[in-house]
Amino acid sequence: MSKIIDVDLVVIGAGPAGLAAAIAAAESGVEKILLVERQEELGGILLQCIHNGFGLRYFKEELTGPEYAQRFIDQLVRHPQIMVKTETMVVEITADRRVATTNATEGLVYYQARAIILAMGCRERPRGAINIPGTRPAGIYTAGSIQHLMNIEGYLPGREAVILGSGDIGLIMARRLTLEGLRVQAVLELMPYSNGLNRNVTQCLEDYNIPLYLSHTVVEIIGEKRIEGVKAAPVDENLKPIFEKSFNLSCDTLILSVGLIPENELSLMAGVELDPITGGPVVDSFYQTTVAGIFACGNVAHVHDLVDDVSEESKVAGRAAAAYLAGKTAAQEQLRFKAGRNIRSIVPQSVSIDLPTTIYLRARFPERNATLHVGNGKARQRVVSPGETIHYVVKPEDLKGNSGFVPVSLEGGQVND
Amino acid sequence: MTELTCIVCPIGCRLRVTRELDGLKVTGNECRRGEEYAKDEVTAPKRIVTAVVKVDEGERMLPVKTAQAIPKEIIFLAMEEIKEIIVAPPVTSGQVIKENLAGTGVALVATKHCK
Ligand code: SF4
Repeated sequence: MSKIIDVDLVVIGAGPAGLAAAIAAAESGVEKILLVERQEELGGILLQCIHNGFGLRYFKEELTGPEYAQRFIDQLVRHPQIMVKTETMVVEITADRRVATTNATEGLVYYQARAIILAMGCRERPRGAINIPGTRPAGIYTAGSIQHLMNIEGYLPGREAVILGSGDIGLIMARRLTLEGLRVQAVLELMPYSNGLNRNVTQCLEDYNIPLYLSHTVVEIIGEKRIEGVKAAPVDENLKPIFEKSFNLSCDTLILSVGLIPENELSLMAGVELDPITGGPVVDSFYQTTVAGIFACGNVAHVHDLVDDVSEESKVAGRAAAAYLAGKTAAQEQLRFKAGRNIRSIVPQSVSIDLPTTIYLRARFPERNATLHVGNGKARQRVVSPGETIHYVVKPEDLKGNSGFVPVSLEGGQVND
Repeated sequence: MTELTCIVCPIGCRLRVTRELDGLKVTGNECRRGEEYAKDEVTAPKRIVTAVVKVDEGERMLPVKTAQAIPKEIIFLAMEEIKEIIVAPPVTSGQVIKENLAGTGVALVATKHCK
């Protein structure tokens, strides 16, 4: 094996999470930081998110994706202790924090890190995962790949599109396609509610009179070489298609926006425990995973609706990694959450008992005027929906008297509109 | 009465606008920006438009936005103008790419550096 280079911290991925975490770690005094990015440019997925709406919470200003990324990239010059390597892939990490990277000029290089921050982001669920019957013609894309094609490379995918799934990227791309002159026939959503933010349904679909069919799915793909259309159908309460009510929609492009999954192949190599619900590592208040010295933040930990939340939590992770390296994190008592009524996921999965921690929750189904209970703490939620993250700051008094598991639930809401 | 979803921030308050004798009344907003948005929305709706433009001899597109919101009914006209643009690098983020886009008085600006 070639020579091993010693560093304090390796941050894997230079999207919003990795950038914020590396900068926070540098600001907290970490001396030798390696920031590894597999693309040519820093900024991750933000570079293709050319729409605005980023930064309202974090910068109190409305920015586009590239502008938001640039705010962080600009800060790197102040931190020469961050060594940036682009077009470099991390191919392996181990539980004792050895990191193998490869790129075209250096080949395989090994680093021994004292801490690692995982910030690899997420990827889109591929079509195979949702099994649409029919042929396999050209013209079927994921929403993110269309976004890349149009916004970075400048190609248009076709003339007429149907979008399956109402995730935010799908909604944003419905508007983007319309502005570029394509006809978006419909957005079909399997669930009885949209999976994207309400504001995106308004400004991306309603603004352009694009129909959103809730409780509908694609039951067949039509076309031999190139897709010519889809057969759509409503679904019953068990999400089974009602074939007698199916109808055809013509299109030369089908776009899938059916969800994102954290990208954790590397995490698994290091033996990090994953949460089966979020698909990301189980983390504590410090965004430390179940392997000491390995932290995770951003979409690799759980899929976020807002990059502002990514920056916020990545800062926590960066500072925590610095504290860990300085030997300041004495074993603190952490309590694990237990999801109750209408709670799908909770991140971090455990909290430290003596400091306030922001937690991000997702509901299983939409409801109004419910009360969120976190241990002894309570907060009223006017509207909850699986597409929108619930934020709550857990305070030490919320945890008093709880030992072992802290129950979290939504209670007393009205389910029907 | 008109019901709207506020798009100014991700909270997405549900707004109600009613016409009263002394002007428009907005309820359901959690902050002042929601009130402004609702009043604009029922009188003269506006949107920020984002798009990409070609870069001369460049492999990648340059992202752009309107420096302010422009009237909703002019969006497609603005897009026609945007599609014709080819910029010569270098460009810095924030640089004006086109003044007075589609006669709106609003400039189109770059949102990314381009070498
Ligand atoms: S009213 Fe204010 S808080 Fe509510 S969505 Fe609009 S901007 Fe956000």
